[in-house]
Amino acid sequence: MIEFRHVSKRYPDGTSAVEDFSVVIPSRETTVLVGSSGCGKTTLLRMINRMVDPSSGSVAIDGEDVAHVDPVRLRRRIGYVMQNSGLLPHRKVIDNIATVPMLNGVPRAQARARALELMDTVGLDRSLADRYPAQLSGGQQQRVGVARGLAVDPNILLMDEPFGAVDPIVRADLQRELLRLQRDLGKTVVFVTHDIDEAFLLGHQVVILQKGGVVAQRGTPREILARPANEFVASFIGADRGKRALRVARADGVDVVVDGDGRPAGVLVGTEEDAAAGGPGS
Amino acid sequence: MSWVSSNLGVIAASALAHAALSAPTVVLSFVLSVPIGWLAHRYRLTRGTLLAVAGVLYAIPSIPLFVILPIVIGTSARSPLNVVIALTLYGIALMVRSSADAFDAVERDVVDSATAVGFAGMQRFFRVELPLAGPVLLAGLRVVSVSTVSLVTVSGVLGIPSLGLLFTDGFQRGITEEILAGIVATVVLALLFDVLLVLAGRVLMPWARATARRAPRARTREARA
Ligand SMILES: Nc1ncnc2c1ncn2[C@@H]1O[C@H](COP(=O)(O)OP(=O)(O)OP(=O)(O)O)[C@@H](O)[C@H]1O
Ligand SMILES: [Mg+2]
Repeated sequence: MIEFRHVSKRYPDGTSAVEDFSVVIPSRETTVLVGSSGCGKTTLLRMINRMVDPSSGSVAIDGEDVAHVDPVRLRRRIGYVMQNSGLLPHRKVIDNIATVPMLNGVPRAQARARALELMDTVGLDRSLADRYPAQLSGGQQQRVGVARGLAVDPNILLMDEPFGAVDPIVRADLQRELLRLQRDLGKTVVFVTHDIDEAFLLGHQVVILQKGGVVAQRGTPREILARPANEFVASFIGADRGKRALRVARADGVDVVVDGDGRPAGVLVGTEEDAAAGGPGS
Repeated sequence: MSWVSSNLGVIAASALAHAALSAPTVVLSFVLSVPIGWLAHRYRLTRGTLLAVAGVLYAIPSIPLFVILPIVIGTSARSPLNVVIALTLYGIALMVRSSADAFDAVERDVVDSATAVGFAGMQRFFRVELPLAGPVLLAGLRVVSVSTVSLVTVSGVLGIPSLGLLFTDGFQRGITEEILAGIVATVVLALLFDVLLVLAGRVLMPWARATARRAPRARTREARA
């Protein structure tokens, strides 16, 4: 469990990035921080591994205030994946993945063997092991980034817009893969994005942020969709633009679901209760 | 060609002495400039001062420097050490700016991500920042190397053995061939140093070429992976 307790951050130049932010991030689930550019997402994420220290308030992992933990030791047990993967361009793929375990003192051969396994885990062909990051596609680079984040088998995985720079098809692929990984590995994932669809897809818990790290709403995707807390949330999730306001229209004897502009979004096959009971649509 | 053919030994010995003065100068310039350049890169407040001071070094005229240096540091007037120290100052003048630029050119994201995964300060410097600054450092070092090999000839005026002695001796005795031999040998030596640096760069930074090429295979067939 990660706990933000009344955290504020004012940068030396006077920018107030976050003010009095309090949120509990449960273990073994994905929490998504979502908000538009500059609202303090990266700042919040980096407080967890002490790349940023709060000006006031505290961040605790399983009850322990991170301010009392050596930052380097802390970072070596927390996975970190960022946009453009942040891979070391001068190290081969396999060495990039093996880097952190080796910093932790794992022998080279063992770290590299584990790196190859991790390539399988994230769906990368082992033949890419000896390439440099620049010799991979953007999607492949992100997979290496995820593998590197998992290399020390951390309990916590921090992801800062990891899929922000790849095309939509690759992004959908990577998102599916992350969902699968999360089901298999059960990490505590803190995921930052400005894409609300991505947030709803990946998050058990979604925290919608306003400028200055103000929490506009926090809840499961369903809770937020069902009851947007205010105008800002409604607008942010697109409820006011009709994208989320779906209607059922009858066409050729089938229930077709259309959005606010009348564009078809899908076909109505029944309710979730029907599905659970093995009814239509199961 | 008569002077050259009958004085091959002299030319070789002068070239060797020339190289022996140049190599430590280039190495010292590099080793001293990199930390100064890093400071200039890292702390914006010091940047202007450091670069200005380093730049001014280049404006010191060399002959007076050769005269004053032994007095200041207590070496004998003919000591090769004077040449190495004086020319290292010029090397620093060129190399500090290159070093600052080299560290500036390292992607901020990469350094951040190295921090994020747990590289401690010195580890991050030696294993991430320094190697990634490598290509720009090398470009700067090549300029320093050529400039040093050329400047070492000045030591001939002081009577310190180097290819410069071929000029001074050639002028005094009116042997054009000796002067030309000095010039050609200096240029050849400078090229040799340059080739060695480029080769060292290839060996130490195999990734730089791989990165520059951006393997076309990865771009097309597997772009969707
Ligand atoms: N090192 C810094 N010094 C000064 N101001 C900063 C620094 N880092 C961030 N800020 C400012 O703090 C605010 C929050 O920045 P942050 O990077 O946390 O936003 P973000 O939500 O991650 O934005 P984005 O979606 O663009 O990545 C912004 O106004 C930003 O300009
Ligand atoms: Mg950010």
